[in-house]
Amino acid sequence: MSDVSLMVNGKRVSGAAEDRTLLVHFLRENLGLTGTHVGCDTSQCGACVVHVDGKAVKSCTMLAVQASGSTVLTIEGLANGADLHPVQAAFKEHHGLQCGFCTPGMIMTATDMIGRHPEGLDEATVRAELDGNICRCTGYHNIVKAILAASTTMKGSKGKAKQAA
Amino acid sequence: MGIEGVGARVARKEDKRFITGAGRYVDDMVVPGMKHAAFVRSPHAHAQIKKIDVKKAQGMPGVIGVLTGKELKADGIGNLICGWMIHSKDGSPMKMGAWSPLAFDRVRYVGDAVVIVVAETKGQARDAAEAVEITYKELKAVVDASKAMDKGAPQIHPEADNNLIFDWDIGNADDTEAAFGKAAHVVKMDIINNRLVPNAMEPRAALGHYDKAEDHYTCWTTSQNPHVARLVMSAFYNVAPENKLRVIAPDVGGGFGSKIYIYPEEIVCLWASKKTGVPVKWVADRTESFLTDAHGRDHHTHAEMAFDKDHRILGLKVETQANLGAYMSLFSSATPTYLYATLLSGQYNIPAIHANVKAIYTNTAPVDAYRGAGRPEATFVMERMMETAARQFGVSPAELRRKNFVTAFPHQTPVIMCYDAGDYAASLDAAMKASDYAGFAKRKAAAAKKGLLRGIGMSCYIEACGIAPSAAVGSLGAGVGLWESAEVRVNAVGTIEVLTGSHSHGQGHETTFAQLVNERFGVPLDSVSIVHGDTDKVQMGMGTYGSRSGAVGMSAIVKALDKVEAKAKKIAAHLLEADEGDIVIENGALKVAGTDKNVPWFQMALAAYTAHNLPGGMEPGLKETAFYDPSNFTFPAGCYICEVEVDPETGVTEIVQFVAADDFGNIINPMIVEGQVHGGLAQGIGQALLEGAHYDNSGQLLTASYMDYTMPRAGDLPSFKVSTSNTPCPGNPLGIKGCGEAGAIGSPPAVINALTDAIGSNDLAMPASPSTVWAAIRATKH
Repeated sequence: MSDVSLMVNGKRVSGAAEDRTLLVHFLRENLGLTGTHVGCDTSQCGACVVHVDGKAVKSCTMLAVQASGSTVLTIEGLANGADLHPVQAAFKEHHGLQCGFCTPGMIMTATDMIGRHPEGLDEATVRAELDGNICRCTGYHNIVKAILAASTTMKGSKGKAKQAA
Repeated sequence: MGIEGVGARVARKEDKRFITGAGRYVDDMVVPGMKHAAFVRSPHAHAQIKKIDVKKAQGMPGVIGVLTGKELKADGIGNLICGWMIHSKDGSPMKMGAWSPLAFDRVRYVGDAVVIVVAETKGQARDAAEAVEITYKELKAVVDASKAMDKGAPQIHPEADNNLIFDWDIGNADDTEAAFGKAAHVVKMDIINNRLVPNAMEPRAALGHYDKAEDHYTCWTTSQNPHVARLVMSAFYNVAPENKLRVIAPDVGGGFGSKIYIYPEEIVCLWASKKTGVPVKWVADRTESFLTDAHGRDHHTHAEMAFDKDHRILGLKVETQANLGAYMSLFSSATPTYLYATLLSGQYNIPAIHANVKAIYTNTAPVDAYRGAGRPEATFVMERMMETAARQFGVSPAELRRKNFVTAFPHQTPVIMCYDAGDYAASLDAAMKASDYAGFAKRKAAAAKKGLLRGIGMSCYIEACGIAPSAAVGSLGAGVGLWESAEVRVNAVGTIEVLTGSHSHGQGHETTFAQLVNERFGVPLDSVSIVHGDTDKVQMGMGTYGSRSGAVGMSAIVKALDKVEAKAKKIAAHLLEADEGDIVIENGALKVAGTDKNVPWFQMALAAYTAHNLPGGMEPGLKETAFYDPSNFTFPAGCYICEVEVDPETGVTEIVQFVAADDFGNIINPMIVEGQVHGGLAQGIGQALLEGAHYDNSGQLLTASYMDYTMPRAGDLPSFKVSTSNTPCPGNPLGIKGCGEAGAIGSPPAVINALTDAIGSNDLAMPASPSTVWAAIRATKH
C-alpha cells in the first residue's frame, strides 16, 4: 500500500492505495467520484478520461501512486457550481449523449481538444481527435456537432471558459 | 404542439445527471458490507470438467467464498431457458440443451462460467479466481454452423442430435415452386450475415443482496427489462419467489438487445449473497463482455428470387442456417424465425415465399437479438438480392424496387405479416432527392480523376416493431405477453409521476414520455417525473427492446392518461357545476368550453385529495393504471442511400454521403428520433465495414477486446443526412411506429451495394475491411 495525495476538483485528498490500483479505481472507489467510467481493459474506449495537470489522460493508463502530487479534474468538477461548462451545455443542447456512459470521457476529451485548438475546430479535426473515445449510441453525429458548437462558444467568451475549465 | 409537447425538439431532462457525472449505473452502487465477485471461466470451447479444486483459492487473502455449480444445483437453482418455443416442420419441439448458471460437468464455450469467487476487493477476487484449479478433458469443438451438422462433428448437447435445434419452415413451398416454374429470370445468391458483438459501452454488471432478516433479495442489474428478469429468475431459476425479489435496473449504459437476457451472473450473485451472507457485486471487464454477452446475427443463407419477363417478383426461396452458439439464450429461437423470415417480403409484392431456417448449436457464445434482431438479416438478404437483380437485368435499382413496391394497404404478405400503412415510394423519392442521385455519374467521374472508385447503393427496408398482440405471439410460441403497463399518479399539488414498464437506457424516455403528459394536461415538463426500472415501484412491465417503448409503452401511458382525464373532468365539472361533456383542458386549467369558468389543474388535483367536495360516490385520489396490448405489429420503413469512395491501391473505403429517409409514423421528439437513427446507422455501417466476431477453429475468440474488434469511431463515419416522412400507424393511439432499430436494419445493404457498385464485383463479405475490399478489387482484375 502507498499513500496517494492529490488535488481533485480543487480539493486536497489523500488515501492509501495498493501499488497496482489505477487512478480510475482510486477516483471511483476511494473518492466516490463515479462519474469517471470504465468501459474497457485496454485503454481504448476513453470513458475514463480526466485531466491530470491540465492534460486529458485516460485514468486507466495511470497508477494512482503515479498521479500522486498531481492536480486532477474529473467530470464532477467541470461545472462552475450550477453553471454548466460550455461543453456540457453543448452536449445537452445538441443531444450529444444517449445512455450517458461514454459522456464524461467525451466531455473531458472535448474540453481538452478545444483548449488545444484556440484557432477553432473543423469537423475533420474533431473526428480525428475523438479517435480515443468510443460511443455506441450516437453515431458521433451530435457529439461532433456539440464540440464544434462549444468550440465556437468558448472562442467567443475565452476568458470565462478558461476560468471554468 | 406546445413548446414542450408532442413534436417539440425538447432537450432531454435526464441529461443533467449524465453530463455532470451524476449518473447512477450498477457499478456505481455501494451497499453496506458489499464484497466483490470474479468468475472462473472455461478457457476451452468444449471440455469435460474432471475436477474442481478450490482449496488453494479459499486460503487466499480476503476470500469470503468460492462456490461451484454442484453447490448451486444442490440448492435447487434452475437452468437458464429460452422463452420462445419453436416447433420444427415435423412438429417436434426445439431441442433445448441444459444451461446451468455455473457449469459443473461440461463446458461448451470459452467463457462458460464455472466458479464464483467472492472476496473483500475486486483484486483479491481475481487473484483467488486464478488460484482455482480445474482439471478439464478437452473435447473437439465446432464453431461454424455449416460444419456443426456434419457427420463426425462434436455433439454439444445430448438433447440435440447433430447439433440441430430446429428445422423450421414458413410460407408455402408448393406455391413457391410453381412461381419459379413460371419465371423468366432467377437470381441466386449465397449471403453471410457476419457475427457481431453488441458492445454497449457499460459492461454488464450485477449486485445481489440477500437480506436474511426479511428473507428478501435485491438485485441491481444492467437490464433492459427488470420485471422480466424478476419473473424469469423467480419462475424458472428458483432464485426467490417474486414477492421476495426486487430487481432494479438503474441507469443502464446502452443495451442494443444484449441486456434483455437474464445471464448466469445475476443469478449466481444473488445466490452467492445468500451463501456468503454479504452483498455481492460483479462487473464484467470488456473481454468478459466480448466472451459472454449474447452475440448477434451469424446467418448463412442461400436465396433465390424469381422474376417474370417484366421484372416483377414472382417468388422467393430462402434457406438459412442460424448459429445460436453453445446455449439457447432467452429469445434466441425467435430471432432467426418470427423476427427474420416474416420480413422476407421486404417492401415488395411477392406472391409466393418459402423459407427454411435451421438453428444450430456451436461451441461459441450464445447468439440472440442484437439491434434489429432478424430484421437486419432479412433486409440484407432482400436488398442484396434486389440490387443484384437490377445489375443482372441492366435496369435502375430504384426503378426495379419501385415497380415491385407494395402500394395498397393493408397488405397481407405470404409470411404472416399484414402491413398496415406505408408509402415506400415517398421514402425512395426523398432519399434520391437528398442524395442528388441524378448527379451521381458526375461525382463518379470526378472521383475517377483522383484515382478513386466511387459507388452508390440503396436499401429499402421494412421492419416490424412492437411485437404483438400477446395472443398472437403466444400462438407463435412466445412464453410471455408483449403488452406494456403504465401508472399515472397525479399528486395533490398537481405534479405528475408516470410509472412505466418500459426501461430507458439511452432512449430519452424521461423526456418524451413527459412530453406526452405535457401535451395532454399542459403541466410543465419539470412537474412530470418518469419512474422506471424498479420492480418495487412499477407495477409490471415487459421492458424496452424491439423499438417497442414508443408504440407500446407510450400507448399504455395514453390509456392511463385517458382514465385520469376522465376523472379529472368529472371533478372539474362538479366543482364548476357544469356538464362533464363541456369540460376541456387548456393551458393548465379545466374549463367550461366557450366560457371563462375554469379550475386550475392543481386545484382540481387538490380537490381530488382533500375529498371535501367530490361527486357523490367518487373515490378520493387521482391515480390510474393501464395495461395496453397492441392489435398488430407496427411497420417502420424507409430508404437509405450510401455513397462511397474506395482507394483501389489500399482498399480503404470512405463513406462520402449517407442519406436516411424514414417513415416512423408520428414522432414525439424529432431530436431524439434523429439521434436513434444516427446510432443505428453507425452500428449498421460498423457491421458492413468494420465489425466481425471471429473464432478460430478451436473455439478461441480472436476478437475479444477493442484492440481486435473494430468498433466504429468518429473518424470512420460521416455526418448523416436524415429526414422522415409520415404515414401514421393505424394500430395504436399515437400513430407511432418505432425508430430504435431502423438505422441498423437498413444500412448494411446500402453500404455493401455502394461498395460493390464502386469496385465492380458483387462478391464481397462483411465486414468489408480494407484487406477484403483490396482483395476483391484484385480478384476482378484476374
